[in-house]
Amino acid sequence: MGKIKVVHYVNQFAAGIGGEEMAHVTPELRDGTVGSGQAFNMAFGEEAEIVATVVCGDNYFSENLDKAKAEVLDMIKSKSPDVVIAGPAFNAGRYGFACGTVAEAVEVELGVPAFTGMFEENAGVEFKGKVVIVPTKNSAAGMRDAVAKMAPLAIKLGKGEKLGPAFMEGYMPGIRVNFFDNERGSKRAVDMLVKKLKGEEFVTEYPMPDFDRVEPNPAVKDLSKAKVALVTSGGIVPKGNPDRIESSSASKYGEYVIDGVMDLTEATYETAHGGYDPVYANLDADRVLPVDVMRDYEKEGKIGSLHGKFYTTTGNGTSVANSKAYSAEFAAKLKADGVDAVILTST
Amino acid sequence: MVKEIERAGIPVVHICTVVPISLTVGANRIVPAIAIPHPLGNPSLGKDEEKTLRRSLLDKALKALSTEVSGQTVFEN
Amino acid sequence: MKLELGYIFIKDIQFGNVSKVEGGVLYVNKDELKKLVMEDTVIASVDFDIAKPGESVRITPVKDVIEPRVKVEGTGAMFPGMLNKVETVGNGKTHVLKGAAVVTCGKIVGFQEGIIDMSGEGAKYTPFSETLNLVMVADPVEGTKQHDHEKAIRMAGLKVAAYIGELGKNVKADEYHTFETPNMVEGMKLYPNLPRVAYVLMLQTQGLLHDTYVYGVDMKQSISTLIYPTEIMDGAILSGNCVSACDKNTTYHHQNNPVVHDMFDAHGKTINFVGVIITNENVYLMDKERSSDWSAKMAAMLGLDGVIISQEGFGNPDTDLIMNCKKIEAKGIKTVIITDEYAGRDGKSQSLADADVAANAVVTGGNANEVIVLGSMKKIIGKADTTVVNTIAGGFGSDPVHGASLKDDGSIIVEIQAITGATNELGFNKMSAR
Repeated sequence: MGKIKVVHYVNQFAAGIGGEEMAHVTPELRDGTVGSGQAFNMAFGEEAEIVATVVCGDNYFSENLDKAKAEVLDMIKSKSPDVVIAGPAFNAGRYGFACGTVAEAVEVELGVPAFTGMFEENAGVEFKGKVVIVPTKNSAAGMRDAVAKMAPLAIKLGKGEKLGPAFMEGYMPGIRVNFFDNERGSKRAVDMLVKKLKGEEFVTEYPMPDFDRVEPNPAVKDLSKAKVALVTSGGIVPKGNPDRIESSSASKYGEYVIDGVMDLTEATYETAHGGYDPVYANLDADRVLPVDVMRDYEKEGKIGSLHGKFYTTTGNGTSVANSKAYSAEFAAKLKADGVDAVILTST
Repeated sequence: MVKEIERAGIPVVHICTVVPISLTVGANRIVPAIAIPHPLGNPSLGKDEEKTLRRSLLDKALKALSTEVSGQTVFEN
Repeated sequence: MKLELGYIFIKDIQFGNVSKVEGGVLYVNKDELKKLVMEDTVIASVDFDIAKPGESVRITPVKDVIEPRVKVEGTGAMFPGMLNKVETVGNGKTHVLKGAAVVTCGKIVGFQEGIIDMSGEGAKYTPFSETLNLVMVADPVEGTKQHDHEKAIRMAGLKVAAYIGELGKNVKADEYHTFETPNMVEGMKLYPNLPRVAYVLMLQTQGLLHDTYVYGVDMKQSISTLIYPTEIMDGAILSGNCVSACDKNTTYHHQNNPVVHDMFDAHGKTINFVGVIITNENVYLMDKERSSDWSAKMAAMLGLDGVIISQEGFGNPDTDLIMNCKKIEAKGIKTVIITDEYAGRDGKSQSLADADVAANAVVTGGNANEVIVLGSMKKIIGKADTTVVNTIAGGFGSDPVHGASLKDDGSIIVEIQAITGATNELGFNKMSAR
């Protein structure tokens, strides 16, 4: 087996092009190492090698996000790396943001492992739930320390190995990884409770998340002219589940035409959802996806029209990120189809 | 899911049984439903009665969609 | 209330002419067991098999696992209110065939049964790879409704476990362990300086096929209540559950509830273990509010300093968990919660459907979405075709990355969600996540 192929992403400063005044430079692909890359190669020894470096100005990246990301990804892809290292960005905020964005895009879009490193107060740390981020010192003076921590991870990821949890591998906590602890869960719970009761320090195994919020859209002015769409996480599908939507941990959504459908019946629709008792929904799917009443509204002129398609998925055990990705996709379709309002039903 | 629809610029009302989850995931217009296996129905009712019940929930949903809100709002009545 | 558990260590299970326990070996007359199970007219056919640790055996679709136990002294009998009269259990003496388990198998809901591998990678995730399993595979008569089918398999499993347990009644146990919970007043006097701690045990009660029974009562019809921990050891709580295999509590888990055992271990040393509050996870919001109000109220009535709350299942029960936690903390009582996570196959998603700042002490049984490859096995007990494996919760028919769960060589790629007991929320396992 040859050496693990690494592509390195750096900004204008790390590449030695210049500081703030050169932050506008466009992405450039160079063979071999640039700047700090040499330190990584030293640490890799015979196991891995930086085959190319992508250099990009931080301002160019953040001001032309989609374009810059696509350009950088193309350059990285052309070298078919086994792993991509972005940064480390230390305390440089825009660089940190670029590193997080590049690492995430490389993993999601190219399917190649990628990670970065930065100081814990860098704004780019917001990516820690999405990509592996190694904590570093707050300036480039900490390069040696950063390389020592990052090089072994690059080798591991480059070999296609799975990383252990954050505290074992030394990256920032955020991505959830299973491992076998020394004590069973109930014993850990008793020990944690005893500490909590004594007022001693204890470490929760799952810190509560912050949930993000979206501002409400303005209300619909005139419902009698509005096109209203139905969406459900209750897994309603045409009988026989033609697209095989999974009962749990769904990886996709269903899009079904309901033109001319006035009522959902036992013979025509059912639920694919695996998290609740399916009997009632299978007998009458209107109990979850109320097509019958919506058709009445349409006839009575209470609403302009019912959108000709509905979207469906199973919320059960489906990861938030997954659901977010495909919801964004069908939300865009709804928008493009001129839908004015959505009724989303959940079980 | 509700947030992505809202983010796309379409007002959305979430009809769901477990209102606290809806509040936690960040829905802005919420209408409480009947029960998890039958959010918009009640199998112990007759067919017509059940449809009337369903309609009353959807009336609330339409009201929610045509009401301006500034933050998370549960439409109980 | 005081109970003595006598452990008879079982080293092997064999089929034989006479059912008995002798020299640590459990001999089972298969025909007698079949006859017992066939008494129920809903059952069309039944067979038994044996699976031992380390063997190249896969058992699926698994419904429940039960430990054979028998009451030797004291009131009541195993599985009161369900298999036997409703008389109170939890006192006197009970014999346990330690190391043996009855596994019931059969496709009831399809996507809501589990997998037990006796060797290989999957074996690390299920505690039942370490037990000597007597596996019952039963099919119902054609046209049987799901809930009748569930009931038939549930009752058959309990009958078989009771029959096997009975074989240990007159056998001398290898070890005895005593568990005692004094009444409230004596308990307070006994350890005046230790924090008063109880266990809030949440039971899955989502409706038809997602139910748990307490002395025969479907727990969704009850408000939260109190129970002695030793009653649980005598089968007072049992599973009627068909839901994701990884985090449902099998009857075996209830009988051996690890929080109960670890609280007894700490009792008199670091805590004063007061008792158990059992509560439900219903589908109506009003029920959720009422039950969690009630748990918090009882915690306050008991004058507690702290509780451990364990969840069962995932999704909307996350809300019951958070409600219990929030409301009990609001009474000034410290909580630790035990749950598991659905953080996506890449571990990058929100782990729980609900959250609150009050839940600042969490123990996790791990991420149920993590994907695992289960190598092929020489022998399958039950059925492991596409209708089972690709539709089981945690399995997939066609995934963009992994394809279908069942591969041509018999190996399976699934989320650990499909493995019985993998992310148990009673804290039965060592697995965790960070």
